Amino acid sequence: MAQRTRFDWRGQDIISIRDLSREQIEDVLNHAQQIRPDPQMLVGKVMASLFFEPSTRTQLSFTTAMHRLGGRVIGFSGTEGTSIVKGESLQDTVRTIERYADVIVMRHPLEGSAQFVADTVTIPVINAGDGANQHPTQTLMDLFTIKKFHQRLDDLKIGLVGDLKYGRTVHSLAIALTRFRKIELRLISPPNLRMPPAILKELAGIVPYSETAELDLRDLDVVYVTRIQKERFPDIEEYEKVRGAYVINLKACEMLKPSAILLHPLPRVDEIAPDVDALPHAKYFDQVQNGVPVRMALLKLVLVGS
Amino acid sequence: MNGELKVSKIKNGTVIDHITAGMAPAVLKILGIERGCPDTVIVAMNVKSQRLGLKDMVKVENRALAAETVKKIAIIAPQATVNIIKEMNVVEKIHVELPRDLIGIIRCPNRNCITNSSERVVPYLTVESRDPLTMRCHYCESLVEGPAAELLL
Ligand SMILES: [Zn+2]
Repeated sequence: MAQRTRFDWRGQDIISIRDLSREQIEDVLNHAQQIRPDPQMLVGKVMASLFFEPSTRTQLSFTTAMHRLGGRVIGFSGTEGTSIVKGESLQDTVRTIERYADVIVMRHPLEGSAQFVADTVTIPVINAGDGANQHPTQTLMDLFTIKKFHQRLDDLKIGLVGDLKYGRTVHSLAIALTRFRKIELRLISPPNLRMPPAILKELAGIVPYSETAELDLRDLDVVYVTRIQKERFPDIEEYEKVRGAYVINLKACEMLKPSAILLHPLPRVDEIAPDVDALPHAKYFDQVQNGVPVRMALLKLVLVGS
Repeated sequence: MNGELKVSKIKNGTVIDHITAGMAPAVLKILGIERGCPDTVIVAMNVKSQRLGLKDMVKVENRALAAETVKKIAIIAPQATVNIIKEMNVVEKIHVELPRDLIGIIRCPNRNCITNSSERVVPYLTVESRDPLTMRCHYCESLVEGPAAELLL
């Protein structure tokens, strides 16, 4: 079956989930669902993988996606040994690299760096994480996973658990969910790690939400867990006390309805107990695996269109 | 005069009227004259206004405003009018208007934003809503609410 699309993705940048409409998100997810390895599709195309900050999992996922479509990969992970440590500006670095590559995939510690690079170069840029700001391909794979197990992205009760203040993935997911209908959010976090007011403002009037400090997982279709980091607490005692209250263990899973799925952006430390992995709810490893088809679809769309 | 306070006139220069009450000091700062200036400057604060209830007003002798300056005034005083005075007469009346794109006008409050780094990227915020005023950084997507006079460049 021929894939049809109303969007001209070719040459487009993928910087922020805020730039994507519902139709565009669905289009990417549909492509991701249908795409299969094809060593001819991106033959002769080069992806520059610029990881100014290492992230093995994300980088491997993009590299795998490119290889499965027959493309090649150049790039670096960490700035050691590059001209960046000699003080080269980001602008000069990417202006050089765009001569060698057809697409840039970049992770950088500064927020806004991806948009800046997209404005600087003429080839498409895919943001693989700009500081605490955005990581749109993570959000797309989260949505892909939810859709895969629930066959829909409307009419869902979704719980976000853990560090909702600093967690970039939950901010992006919450914003993405404003594109869909009949979503209800339950924001479960310690009081010092609540969802920032700026995000709540974006939800207001679109996605009904409730905030609670209690780990109440009843009636939820999706439970999205994030790690609570030590650094966020003034002292270790306070951290230990709080952390225990948000651990997803077998006991907590008794609250889940049968069709509920558990997601986590990974890496997990101990916020989900290992024996939960065997439950049918545990879908976080599927979630990681879904990164590859989502990235294959995006690379294909921005490089050759649909 | 509807009982409005009469403030002395200037001969040549600019009158910035209908400034949001309390914002005159911020306007002086935008004009770069908060620490004094060789020409006549007349400041009126909390003057009765039919349109705004209370307003501030700034008159500066021998001064024309750059387009950038007018944009900055629009951020802190969206109702302001700028009157150009020549030989005691108003020769031009400008209603300040906040453009959608604010490039090099106001900086991003996020310290980890590329515009606040050594990369030398000109700050670029876009206006999302005029009333109430909200702006978002084009690069890092940080939200700025309200007039944020302290962020003006
Ligand atoms: Zn910014």
